[in-house]
Amino acid sequence: METKEEIWELRLYVAGKTAKSVTALANLKRYCEEHLKDKYVIEVIDLLVQPQLAEGDQILAIPTLVKKVPEPIRKIIGDLSNEEKVLVGLNIRPAKK
Amino acid sequence: MSLTSSQKSALPLPSFPKALTGIVGLDEITGGGLPKDRPTLICGGTGCGKTLFSIEFIVHGAMLYGEPGVFMSFEEKAEELVLNVASLGYDLNQLQQDKLIKLDHVRIERSEIEETGEYDLDGLFIRLGHAIDSIGAKRVVLDTIENLFSGLIDQGILRAELRRLFEWLKAKKVTTIITGEKGDGTLTRHGLEEYISDCVILLDHRVANQISTRLLRIVKYRGSMHGTNEYPFLIDQSGISVLPVTSLTLTHDVTSERISSGIPSLDKMLEGKGFFRGSSILVSGTAGTGKTSIAASFAHEACNRKERCIYFAFEESPQQIIRNMRSIGFDLQQHIDAGLLKFHASRPTLNGLEMHLVSIHKMIEEFDPQLVVLDPITNLITVGTVSEVKSMLIRLIDFLQSKQITVMFTALSLNTIVSEQTDEGVSSLVDAWLLVRDIESNGERNRGMYVMKSRGMKHSNQVREFVITDEGLHLVDVFLSPEGVLTGSAREAQQLQEVTGKALRDYAVNRKDREIERKRLVLESKIASLKEEFESVQDELNKAYVEEELRKDVLEKNREQLIKNRHNEQ
Repeated sequence: METKEEIWELRLYVAGKTAKSVTALANLKRYCEEHLKDKYVIEVIDLLVQPQLAEGDQILAIPTLVKKVPEPIRKIIGDLSNEEKVLVGLNIRPAKK
Repeated sequence: MSLTSSQKSALPLPSFPKALTGIVGLDEITGGGLPKDRPTLICGGTGCGKTLFSIEFIVHGAMLYGEPGVFMSFEEKAEELVLNVASLGYDLNQLQQDKLIKLDHVRIERSEIEETGEYDLDGLFIRLGHAIDSIGAKRVVLDTIENLFSGLIDQGILRAELRRLFEWLKAKKVTTIITGEKGDGTLTRHGLEEYISDCVILLDHRVANQISTRLLRIVKYRGSMHGTNEYPFLIDQSGISVLPVTSLTLTHDVTSERISSGIPSLDKMLEGKGFFRGSSILVSGTAGTGKTSIAASFAHEACNRKERCIYFAFEESPQQIIRNMRSIGFDLQQHIDAGLLKFHASRPTLNGLEMHLVSIHKMIEEFDPQLVVLDPITNLITVGTVSEVKSMLIRLIDFLQSKQITVMFTALSLNTIVSEQTDEGVSSLVDAWLLVRDIESNGERNRGMYVMKSRGMKHSNQVREFVITDEGLHLVDVFLSPEGVLTGSAREAQQLQEVTGKALRDYAVNRKDREIERKRLVLESKIASLKEEFESVQDELNKAYVEEELRKDVLEKNREQLIKNRHNEQ
C-alpha cells in the first residue's frame, strides 16, 4: 500500500493568523522544500474554525506541528524557528550525538 | 444532603455568589459552596481525594443544580474516570450523552513533543472553550493542570499562559476547580496558589497510630466567611462527606417527654418517669458491673415501645450480645426481626474516629432511630486521644440532639482511679449520668448504682443495689446497718433476720391472744356455774314460799271446815 517513497503527512495547527502561526508555516514550508521535495503534504488546521479537532491530536500549544506519517507520531510546538530541532523532530535528520 | 439543606437557612451574606458543591458538609463550612465564576484550588498529597472531590463537584452540579460541567483531565483517561466513579453510582457516560458533562482527557507525552521557538497555549484554550460552549458549562475542573509542567519545557511561557488561563476562565464565568499536588513546604508543587487567589482548599491524609484520617481545611476564601478548622472527611461508597467539627449553635429544640429506662425501679429514682427524650445518658462503671445490660434494657424497652434503635457495639459481636441478654430475659432478636433494632458492631481500630463518626452519622441518617446506644465509648480511646474522643462525642451529641435522638453511652472506668470526673470528659456533656460501681464487703462483690446527675429533674440521691436476675434488672434499696451499707448476702441476711423477728413477734402476739381467750372462757364458765347456783337457791326459796302458801291454804280450809262443822252441830 505504501509507495517506495514515503510521504510525510504533516499537520500544522494554528489559531488564526497570528505572527507565530505565520512564521511557523513559512518555516515549515521552507524546510520541506529543502529536505522533502515532493514527499510531503502539509495540512493547516485553524482551530478557531474547527475547534473540535483540537481533541483528536491532543493539541495544547499553538502552533503545533504534528507528523502522523511516517511513524512515530511526533509533535513540534513553537514557531519552528530552530531548523535543527525541527529536522530531528521530523526524523529527517538523525539527532547529533 | 440533609446537612446542606438544614444549613441553607443560616447562610450568611447571600450577596457573595457561591456555587453549591453538593458535598455533604462542605457547603455548610463554606457557607454555600465555592466562589461562583472564580477558580478554586484544591491541593493535597497523592490519594487524598482531589479527583473525587472535583468529580463530585461536576456531577452534583450537573445532576442537582442544573449546571453542566467540563472535566478536563490531565491524568486519567475518560474511560478510567468513568470506571472509577461508577462505584459511587455516577454514570458519567450517560451524563455525557445527556450533554450535562463533558470529559476531556489531555494527554501530554513528553517524548513526542519537541519545542522550538515561541508558542502559546491557545490550543488548550480553544479546546476548553469549545468544550464549555458545546454543553453550556458553568463548571470546569482541571485535574491536574500541573502535569503541564512536566510536559512542557518552557516554564516561562507556561506560567504566563496559566495566569492568562485563569483570567480567561473568570471572564468566561465558569466556576473552576484546579487541583494541584502538594509540594514540599508549598501548597502545590509548582506554586499554582500564586495564580489562584480566591479560594484554596487543602486536603490532607494523615496517619496516626496506623489509622488514617482524611482532613480538609479551607486555607483561604476571599470575600467570604468560612470555617477555619481542619474538618475530617470520609470517602465511602456514596462519595465524600465532610463533617463540620462542631455545629456552631446550641439551639436545638428540646422536649419534656419522658421515656422509660426499661428498669421500673430506676425510673422511680427519676421522678418515676425515666429520662427525657433526646437527652444523652452516660452509664459508667467498672468492669462487669452490668453497663451493657443497662444499655440493652434501654434498647429493649425502646423497641417494645415500637421505637427504632441502633446499637453500636465496639466490644462484642451482635450475636454475643443477643445471647448474653437472653440470659437475663431480654429477647433482642425479635426486635431485629421486626426491623426495630439494628446492631452495628465494629472494632474501634477498624478506622479512625472521624470515620466512625461519619459512619455513625450515615447509619443514623439511613435508619432514623429514636435511640442510639454506644457501647462502650471507652474503647474508642484506642484510636484517639482523650481530647479527640471528646471532640468526637461532642459532635455526635450535638448531631443527635439536633435530631432529638436519645443516646446512651457506656463507659468503662478503671478501678485504680477514682474516675468520677473523667470518663472521656463527656460527663459534663451528658444530661444524665448513671454510675454503677462495685461494693465489696463480706468477701463478695455487689453492684451499687446511683444517679450521679440528671439535668432538669428531681432524682433520687440514694445508692441502690443493682441486681441482675433472669427476669431482668432491678434496683433494691440498700440496707443501712450500724456497720454501714449492706448489700448482697449481707442484705439478704439482714432481710432474713427481719423476717425472723417478725415471725417471733407475731408468735408472741398470737400467744397473748390465746391467753386472753382462755381467761375469757374460764370466766364465762364461772359465770355460768354461779348462775346455776343462783337458780337452785332461787328454786329452794321458791319451794319454801309455795309450801307456806299451801300450808296457809290448807289451814284456811281446815278452819272453814271447822267452823262449818260447828254450825251444823247446833
